[in-house]
Amino acid sequence: MSLSESRLTRFIVHVTLAVLLLITLFPIALMIVNSLKPSAEIVQNPLSFPSDLRWDNFVRAWSDANFGRTLANSALLTGLTILLVCSTGSLTAYVLARRKIRTWKILTFYLLASTTAPIQLFLFPLYFGFARFGLINNPVAVAFIYTAVYSPFAIMLLRTYFLAVPKELEEAALIDGASHWQVFARVFLPIVSPGILTVALIIGLYSWNEFLIATTFLQGQDQLTAVVSFFLLSGQYSSDWGVIMAAALIIVLPIVILFVLLQRRFIDGMAGGSVKG
Amino acid sequence: MHRLYVLPTLLINVVIIAIPALLTVMLAFFEWDGISDPIFVGLDNFRALWGDSVFWRALGNNVIWTIIFLIVPIAMGLLAATMMLVARRSANFFQVIYFLPVIIATAITGRVWQGMIYSPVTGITGLVQRLGIDLANPLTETSSALYGIAVVDLWHWWGFLCVIFFAALRQVRAEQIEAARVEGATFLQTIRYVLLPGIMPTITLMMIMTVIWSFLVFDFVYILTQGGPAYSSEVLSTFAYRSAFYDLAVGKAAAISVVISLFGLAATVLYIRVQAKEFDQ
Repeated sequence: MSLSESRLTRFIVHVTLAVLLLITLFPIALMIVNSLKPSAEIVQNPLSFPSDLRWDNFVRAWSDANFGRTLANSALLTGLTILLVCSTGSLTAYVLARRKIRTWKILTFYLLASTTAPIQLFLFPLYFGFARFGLINNPVAVAFIYTAVYSPFAIMLLRTYFLAVPKELEEAALIDGASHWQVFARVFLPIVSPGILTVALIIGLYSWNEFLIATTFLQGQDQLTAVVSFFLLSGQYSSDWGVIMAAALIIVLPIVILFVLLQRRFIDGMAGGSVKG
Repeated sequence: MHRLYVLPTLLINVVIIAIPALLTVMLAFFEWDGISDPIFVGLDNFRALWGDSVFWRALGNNVIWTIIFLIVPIAMGLLAATMMLVARRSANFFQVIYFLPVIIATAITGRVWQGMIYSPVTGITGLVQRLGIDLANPLTETSSALYGIAVVDLWHWWGFLCVIFFAALRQVRAEQIEAARVEGATFLQTIRYVLLPGIMPTITLMMIMTVIWSFLVFDFVYILTQGGPAYSSEVLSTFAYRSAFYDLAVGKAAAISVVISLFGLAATVLYIRVQAKEFDQ
């Protein structure tokens, strides 16, 4: 729904929204402008436009942050997490949506509780436990941590998609002699695939950006994710801020492009479950 | 048969979260450096925290953080969301822009603010100083470090709330709003008496989540100040992290984690009650 208002109200509204827009875009603009400037020009004035575009910053950022390696690490970790969350999550969401097991209520409570558990509540024993089993610097192990952390959210979101599948479809398939697995794989999965895509995008975003777990469990030079590599690079006192901003853009750009292209999925998915009627 | 379907989720979740969480609760009563055998010390870890000024500082900072985030981003989100109802056609454009900071990695947002805005050398602060105006880097002052971090997190966060409130507002029934307008309600009255009550359940849920999240805040504090200067911006999660990995006082870290969880627990119970309602339908 929308409101129609007087001209004055509309004017005030647009000015306020524009001010908020500027506040939002200002730091992003600083990142873009300064990614193309030499260090000396940034020190002089971070607001000025580059006198000539220094694309070289991106070349240096690529090698300084070891992006050839770290971006691949991030991509692998993200892909693995998406795969794990979507496969295990859709199975559980199906069972919860259709109340296939008697303990569905307990399971739901357990999953809801684990979405609000602070990472610190399980981080320390997990770290020292992983260390004992030689699982530090192991991206597969980290993908499992992400899966545990993000699954409850993914399941709650997927559940709403499974709920929307008509019961008659399932019954018809069962009468035709389909097994339960076939009903899940052949009837449900194709119908809920938009939901799975949404979940994949959001879980992908979370894993790509994740900081605390990645910085704790992946510390070897060759195992760093792009975000952690950026964090370490930008923490050095001697760093060139033009190069740092270029490195930031390299990580952010693919995400922003995906987001702008698929904004409805991102926004509806992330907001999903939060709007109460 | 269907029990097998939930097995992978459950197995991963129990091994990664439930068992280590139980171990954390146990470790809170032990002294442990992460390598040698843990020594049972009873309530010593908690007693030590009770007498530790850094702990109280961190706890106080979490409370301040909670208050800030219960007010500022929720107010900003509500303001922008109701205004987007008036903006109509351009609403989606604003919504997409406001959401951008939410999708940028915290490490990157932190560094952009640190280097391009707060830094007295490469940032706006430095530029203002050179103009002769006395302006300090908020992150290096004990009196303002926490607020300097909060501003960054607010910038990163408020757009999420705005988008959620906007989605909720659009579900308020059009007849209710029209009825109010026919009876002569002004724009502000419509907001106060129709729109806000209409989305109250969503606002309540977001406030519950804010309380939970405020006790978990970690990334921006760790990235921007590591809790400094002089512990002035320390929060419980960075305090626990440092205790465990820098001081190798894992028992103490576990005790802090238990405190964090206790604070989140009340909010978590509320959260589950609100969320579980829809499962009974």
